[in-house]
Amino acid sequence: MKIAVASGKGGTGKTIISTSLALSLATDKNVHYFDCDVEAPNGHIFLKPDIIKEEKLGIDVPKVNLDKCDYCGACADACEFSAILVARNKIMVFNELCHGCYACQMVCHVDAINMEMHSTAIYREGNAGNIHFVEGRLNLGEPMPTPIISKIKNLLPKEGLVIIDSPPGNSDSMVEAVIDTDFVLLVTEPTPFGLHDLKLAVDTVKLMNIPMGIVANRADLGTKDLWDYAKKENIPVLMEIPFLRKVAEGYSTGIPLVDVIPEYREQFKVLYKKIESLVSEKER
Amino acid sequence: MKELVVVSGKGGTGKTTITASFTYLAKNKVIADCDVDASDMHLITAPDILNTIPFKGRKKAVVNEDKCISCGKCEPACHFDAISDINKINPIKCEGCGVCDLVCPVDAIDMVETIAGDLHISESRYGPMIHARLRIGEENSGQLVTLVRQYAKIMSADRKKELIIIDGPPGTACPTTSAVTGTNLAVVVTEPTLSGLHDLKRVTDVIKHFRVEPVVIVNKYDINKNMTDKIQEYCNEKNIPLLGKIPFDKVVVEAMVAGKSIPEYYNGELTIIIKEIWEKVYKLLTEVN
Repeated sequence: MKIAVASGKGGTGKTIISTSLALSLATDKNVHYFDCDVEAPNGHIFLKPDIIKEEKLGIDVPKVNLDKCDYCGACADACEFSAILVARNKIMVFNELCHGCYACQMVCHVDAINMEMHSTAIYREGNAGNIHFVEGRLNLGEPMPTPIISKIKNLLPKEGLVIIDSPPGNSDSMVEAVIDTDFVLLVTEPTPFGLHDLKLAVDTVKLMNIPMGIVANRADLGTKDLWDYAKKENIPVLMEIPFLRKVAEGYSTGIPLVDVIPEYREQFKVLYKKIESLVSEKER
Repeated sequence: MKELVVVSGKGGTGKTTITASFTYLAKNKVIADCDVDASDMHLITAPDILNTIPFKGRKKAVVNEDKCISCGKCEPACHFDAISDINKINPIKCEGCGVCDLVCPVDAIDMVETIAGDLHISESRYGPMIHARLRIGEENSGQLVTLVRQYAKIMSADRKKELIIIDGPPGTACPTTSAVTGTNLAVVVTEPTLSGLHDLKRVTDVIKHFRVEPVVIVNKYDINKNMTDKIQEYCNEKNIPLLGKIPFDKVVVEAMVAGKSIPEYYNGELTIIIKEIWEKVYKLLTEVN
């Protein structure tokens, strides 16, 4: 089972929910926590993993062999991302624009291009109790989160329960984190901003045809419009968490919700049961 | 003409709430909502859209079924896993690189232009506003952010405005750098949490890398005063001015529900604090080049 925890709006509690779900289920399940919010990876603050492996991740970019290159310009013409510039007897590669598609290498008629990894992120893996922890961390100033999310998603285990902490928003990075999962848990708050961005996220998930449910965080702030919308769209509100100052204070120092209020562990187990039945409903 | 950008690193720290308050307090300005992935500023300013301009995205590959001979060459050539079952292209995954087109022996792949978003030129009770929305799943490359800023500059010159206030995106990648580059001042809104501090460090490094001056506001500072002290220490150490601290107050949500910015909605303590911070920001703006 692969569950993506997403939200249109940032700061609604994605990481609170995903880490608490992981901690609540790890007592009797094989849980893998994948932090795909690579621009602001914060899951580690709550799970406090022992990191056992660290590697560079990146994009395969062209490295031009100047002894072979005849500056014909075919590579620059083939590049849809303007990552190569050829001018008379000069060739320049802009690694940060390259998407790693290999078109330049394919069109080079003198075999002057080798693809080499340009590191744009760090991959970290470890254990948080019996939770298997993985995160991607985009290097500062690097423009493209999506290829890194894609690389991390290629490492998802086939078995066990996978919880993916997705980036906020509805663009390519969120889609990459959410696509090919079994269920999307949308975390929102019932404020006008929260609801507006939730609607965008719902439309995005619909496009991918994945079953979804809502967690209403800080459920007592704002209005009831969220519930009206959820009812109209036939999306279940699976859990409601009121605004509690002690939860916000715990969050601020890296204490997970289920450690501030241990009774919530049971509720997260119930949440998982609901998700399981929604997924099997969809399969039928 | 000066440009002020408000960013956060971490999402949900109160960026738009504070930007909306600044735009209410500022005179003679243009508003640019550069959070094109999840823009919310229009929920406060309620703009009248005067003109909408389509934003062209990358081309996408489309298979011409009449020509396709199902040879299977394109599927393994794609580095984005966008092709499956020999010739089915998933438009969400396609990045428009054209490699499939290159390997196709019968020219059965067309690279088709797409619209990736919409840019709006609007008028609001807060003043002229440029805003945009990226369409679902499209690449948030920063190009639409750049376009919003360009239109805001044109608008600002046309209307003889002295300031552009930019509501920036969360994160640290391309949309953020596109929103920050070349501005006169970057206000970072953070919160007193470990996540907030962690992402504050990341985003201020990016801002400095692009040679823009960062200043910091701690929102909801009283949720954890210890963490607020740590943020203060970090700012002192890095020589980043901490311009103000805003307490947690449910009036923020009330104002949002009413569709108003805080100083427009409410004449209390929070408004006084925000006004003081705005005056400091404005003073800094007049001083920087």
